Amino acid sequence: MSAATRSVQFTVNGQLRSVQVEPRLNLADCLRHSLGCTGTHVGCEHGVCGACTVLVDGRSARACLMLATQAEGCTIETVEGLATSAEELSVLQQSFWDLHGLQCGFCTPGVLMSLTELLRSNAAPSEAQVRDVLSGHLCRCTGYQNIVAAALEAARRMRGETPRQAGMAVSA
Amino acid sequence: MNAPLQPAAQWERKSDNAARIVGTRARRIEDPALLRGAGRYLDDLSLEGVLYAAFLRSPHAHARFSHIDTAAALALPGVVAVYTAKTILPALSRLRMPLGFPTTQFDNACTPWVLCPQEVCFAGEAVALVLAHSRHLAEDALALIEVDWDPLPAIADCRDGLKPGAPKVRSETAENALTRFRVGYGDCDTALASAPHRFSLSLSQHRGAAHPMEGRGAMARWDDTEQRLNMWSSTQMSHELYYMLSDMLGLPESQVRVIAPDVGGGFGSKFLVYPEEIAVAAAARLCRRPVKWVEDRQEHFLAGIQERDQYFELEVATDKEGHVLAIRGTLVHDQGAYTPQGVNCPYNCATSVTGPYLIPAYEMQVIVAQTNKVPVIPVRGAGYPEAAFVSERIMDRIAAELGLDRAEVRRRNLVPAHKMPYEKPLKNRAGVGIVLDSGDYPACQVDVLTAIDYAGFPARQAAALAEGRYIGLGMAHGVKGTGRGPFESGTVRITPSGQITVSTGALAMGQGIKTALAQVCAEQLGVAIDQIQVIAGDTAAVSLGIGGAASRQMVTAGSSVHFAALEVRNKAIKMAAAMLEAAEADLELAEGRVRVTGTDRGVTLSDIAKRLRGVAGYALPEGMDVGLEASINWRTDQMPYANGFHACEVEVDPGTGGVKILRYVALQDSGKLVNPTLVEGQLHGGIVHGIGNALFEFMAFDDQAQPLTTTLADYLLPGAGEMPNIEILFRESPSPYNPLGVKGVGEGGTVPVAPAIASAVENALQPFGVCITAAPITPPALLRQILAAQMTAQPA
Repeated sequence: MSAATRSVQFTVNGQLRSVQVEPRLNLADCLRHSLGCTGTHVGCEHGVCGACTVLVDGRSARACLMLATQAEGCTIETVEGLATSAEELSVLQQSFWDLHGLQCGFCTPGVLMSLTELLRSNAAPSEAQVRDVLSGHLCRCTGYQNIVAAALEAARRMRGETPRQAGMAVSA
Repeated sequence: MNAPLQPAAQWERKSDNAARIVGTRARRIEDPALLRGAGRYLDDLSLEGVLYAAFLRSPHAHARFSHIDTAAALALPGVVAVYTAKTILPALSRLRMPLGFPTTQFDNACTPWVLCPQEVCFAGEAVALVLAHSRHLAEDALALIEVDWDPLPAIADCRDGLKPGAPKVRSETAENALTRFRVGYGDCDTALASAPHRFSLSLSQHRGAAHPMEGRGAMARWDDTEQRLNMWSSTQMSHELYYMLSDMLGLPESQVRVIAPDVGGGFGSKFLVYPEEIAVAAAARLCRRPVKWVEDRQEHFLAGIQERDQYFELEVATDKEGHVLAIRGTLVHDQGAYTPQGVNCPYNCATSVTGPYLIPAYEMQVIVAQTNKVPVIPVRGAGYPEAAFVSERIMDRIAAELGLDRAEVRRRNLVPAHKMPYEKPLKNRAGVGIVLDSGDYPACQVDVLTAIDYAGFPARQAAALAEGRYIGLGMAHGVKGTGRGPFESGTVRITPSGQITVSTGALAMGQGIKTALAQVCAEQLGVAIDQIQVIAGDTAAVSLGIGGAASRQMVTAGSSVHFAALEVRNKAIKMAAAMLEAAEADLELAEGRVRVTGTDRGVTLSDIAKRLRGVAGYALPEGMDVGLEASINWRTDQMPYANGFHACEVEVDPGTGGVKILRYVALQDSGKLVNPTLVEGQLHGGIVHGIGNALFEFMAFDDQAQPLTTTLADYLLPGAGEMPNIEILFRESPSPYNPLGVKGVGEGGTVPVAPAIASAVENALQPFGVCITAAPITPPALLRQILAAQMTAQPA
């Protein structure tokens, strides 16, 4: 690494991280390759596909359009921080599993982050509001339909209107 | 094991598992890791000391060069090596890629180069490879390489290249047409000469690129200790890559291993061994360091395969009732600059134009025309969507010409249920007759038209028109040959520790094939699917394989896994009978144990596997084979035909040419469904891909074949805001060609979409007399037609 590196400090999923970066390194590459958080994916590197979406101080941001140095002092949340525990998924993740909200899974981390932001501010989003948020993401596999359904189901579960888990048959 | 035509009931399907697993909506075993961000895609893998690769790509669609100056690039700190055609050749058996699917015979001078040596033939063709300590540095170095480009005239439109005196796409070729062939049967000339109705159509289509959200990428490591090349690639065909690496690098297969990690979608773009993959492996061998290449989106636009333009000139003859008597035409197919794997796209298309219909005479003259654009191989649908566009536009045209109802014209021409299985006088690529094996096409049409209230539509349309709104209803059939053979591998293994694995050459790229194969295996072994580990796309796990394409894996890998699991099951029961001193007929297999029915007395699969692994000097029971495992490469050439019928309502804004989908109903018959939830997911995605083809996706080039749409802001993939909720209906007509009765589904959703939407848009714009002859139906194109129609109607 050249002499022109900068030191930057920010919180990732609750942990304070310090890292030396080149000024041109974007946040997505920093998370993935400097900090090993490879759950954040990179699909276009020009801010359209949304796969790299993370939450910066609670607001969704394209990690490919933000320099790592701009994250100084920020609180970053990524997909790795969503699950409640090693055993339990978040309500949103669980709804995606139950309703087949993902296929190849490459766009999924970014989608989950944007929807996490939505559900924090709006406990009862309409389908149109969910689709509006998803318009910042490209998915080639699902046609979005089950993503929308999973987001609405997660909202219902968070409001306690449906059981937390669908309890579908997994086993014989 | 061959695939005879026999009723599904005759296949051995033994399972005493009370709770059937095949056919249930099991949740995917793939998902928990992917949802946690713990998937392992290509760019998530890293190796100690890895170097990052970047390719220098031609800025010209056609140019010659004689010198590449790499000195400045090599001098950049952090750059380790720069390879050109000349310097990478020592690691290769030859510089030119072999022809994929080599059963189609061509002059081998049609394939791409690993690195182009002197004449680039499309913008984006790679001429040099930089290795550096970071991707940034590698890309910096690209800007320091100097090439003495000498631009040549380029062919952008495939029809232009066929004109006399047109510039050559590649100097080495005799002509721009790669090949010409004819597909057909019956006497079109007589039918066309004597038919009561005869008309002609010109149709064209463009399908665009695949655009999985994860682009292409590969990582190679030459391991001096193991004397082995390990290759990780985001591919749909790890075994083909393994064979080709062995061939191109001159290594015996035992010194090559290919692993497909989690693959972030393929849609056809990864069902090809690319020059970049070979170059990365060769570079890793030459520099004795691991090398990783991950393309960016612009590279995917420039150098990932596409499916592009097809132009049809057609003549159609019918009788007075609208029965088709003959279809005759020509098809010009844009193949791009090279032909990596034969002419499967135009061949599939030409043999599928008669689709689900009874067509007494048919002839298509096909010209595969080269252009100075990135090569073409199949994108989701592989020629079938284009064929459906042709047949369905013909049906709508017949209705318009004869003043008949569109649904009725289709009904009169469809292959009726009582004629199934119906053999067409056409052959698939394997040389086997095309047989529509099962299904009730007219009933599918009735189901969907009832669901969408076709009968009530004229009233809805009139009411909308009274409000100044232009709504239309469209419909289309589509058939898709699936389960392309000759085989896919399936190994089921239970180890002494009790681990159950399914290994296959099938490739998982998001479809849920691991879950589906686990369901097929679990059905026989009486275990939960999450107790089965499915290894797909690792050449060390299974010796043979083909991979993921052509809606083939549920049929081919599913059948192999079914027979392998059945064999393991039978073996387990036979061994347990010896261990328990019981009759086989008194035993049952459930919850991972073989037990005497109705008792607690039993042995676990692990216990059985421990015995069957063999112990030196101790005999196994008479007639027992060693190992609780079985490997099956179930053979098939006959393709099960899945079919679908779609209907949709759209609203067109005549002021903007914008099309809004109000309702979309799709029926799919893919035979027996292993997991209806996953099939619905495949249909949603396939249909939305088709909507992209119908309304949005257009890969534009200028007249010198320079790509114009190279970002996702310019090239429009379907977005959540524009997509409808699709209503899915099923019929399940079992295929007689395989033990599971299944047909493929990956591409079926895409096939009828563009013609269904074209039909709806045309119907909505009936007051303007607009005729849809091309896809995608973009707002500017539609607006031009609306304005032209208005001008004609109201002359100045």
